[in-house]
Amino acid sequence: MAASGPRCLIALLLISFSAFAANEASSAAAEQVIKISAKRFEYSPSVITVKLNTPVVLEFTSLDRTHGFAVPDLKLEAEIKAGETTRVRFVPGKLGTFEFHCNIFCGSGHEEMSGQIVVTN
Amino acid sequence: MDFNSHNRREFLQLLGTGVGGVVFASGLGQLSGCATPRSKSQAADDFYFVQLSDTHWGFKGPPNPEADVTLKNTVERVNGLERQPDFIVFTGDLTHTTDDADLRRKRMAEFKQIVDGLKVKPVHFMAGEHDASLDAGKAYQEFFGELHYSFDHKGVHFVVIDNVSDPSASIGEAQLGWLRSDLSKLDTQQPIVVLTHRPLFGLYPQWDWTTKDGDAAIAVLQNYQNVTVFYGHIHQEHHFKTGQIEHHSAKSLIFPLPAPGSQPKRAPVPWDPANPNKGLGFRGIDAQAGRGYQLAEFSIGKV
Repeated sequence: MAASGPRCLIALLLISFSAFAANEASSAAAEQVIKISAKRFEYSPSVITVKLNTPVVLEFTSLDRTHGFAVPDLKLEAEIKAGETTRVRFVPGKLGTFEFHCNIFCGSGHEEMSGQIVVTN
Repeated sequence: MDFNSHNRREFLQLLGTGVGGVVFASGLGQLSGCATPRSKSQAADDFYFVQLSDTHWGFKGPPNPEADVTLKNTVERVNGLERQPDFIVFTGDLTHTTDDADLRRKRMAEFKQIVDGLKVKPVHFMAGEHDASLDAGKAYQEFFGELHYSFDHKGVHFVVIDNVSDPSASIGEAQLGWLRSDLSKLDTQQPIVVLTHRPLFGLYPQWDWTTKDGDAAIAVLQNYQNVTVFYGHIHQEHHFKTGQIEHHSAKSLIFPLPAPGSQPKRAPVPWDPANPNKGLGFRGIDAQAGRGYQLAEFSIGKV
């Protein structure tokens, strides 16, 4: 009976690792990845539909210069630099339509650079 | 929160109509730090100044088909005021932005030439994002000087805060350090007027009507009992209070913008051919020792 302790521990560790790996795989599979390009003075797409309680990755690229991305109602903010991919991860926790806008001044028309995140069931 | 109704209910008292404008009393900003009757020496310290904002010289478009004359007419209007101010301030967006650095300088030179026609001197300028965000204020400084500075007038300390030359609308730690240092020599009862372009508080972040680190500036200012902020950017009159600090935005001199959150987009209010210049205007500020500030809103439309 002296050897049963370590064997139980190993079994528990294996079970835990399997559960962890399964969860990771399931999260990755369920993650919504949305590519968005930014250029003066628009985002494309400008309306982004995501599912409630499902992890989201927004992948931004800028086609010209540095832009901003701010969703005050969801407390999300990012700087989108030209030549880089900027990722914003979040889990939508409430239904609704949330406005986003460029919060880094980018020229005449900056005030019109905006879009919406729509969270649905 | 409904900022507009909150403002009007709590901070303004309608006193009556002025000549071509409406006069309001500001509840705070006691110039002597108390509400005692004015003595002769205090009355001698009374003064009057004018705030002009968001002239956007160089703008062309349907929201103001008369943009090439609005500023010139305003200069004449200010020159014709029955009570001439001690000085004039411009709270940013003197020019409309452009990617062309030469055109930016041309607009600044034209603006400067037009406002040189103001009879009253001095004129204190500050930048808006349209003037300074695309080149970190380089051209602006060539024409108008420092982006942040302070000056004193008849017992009031004026501080100009730059929240636009960083395109992300940050004041930045260096300038915040300067602000702390500039104010450190003052008594906590010292009357202070802050002039800036964007709202220092989160008026409506959904339309970017905020300053990223404005809370840090407000935290510094909260150490003083008589602080009033005059700003522009939102192209409309607005009044709000954070702690004991009052914040008053001015109308623009190019086109009005809608009330915060009143419509999906912050698009300009359309030009009304039947009522040209509707929603445009400037402000006279009567600083009265011991009695705070009276704000007179002047329209430039037909009255």
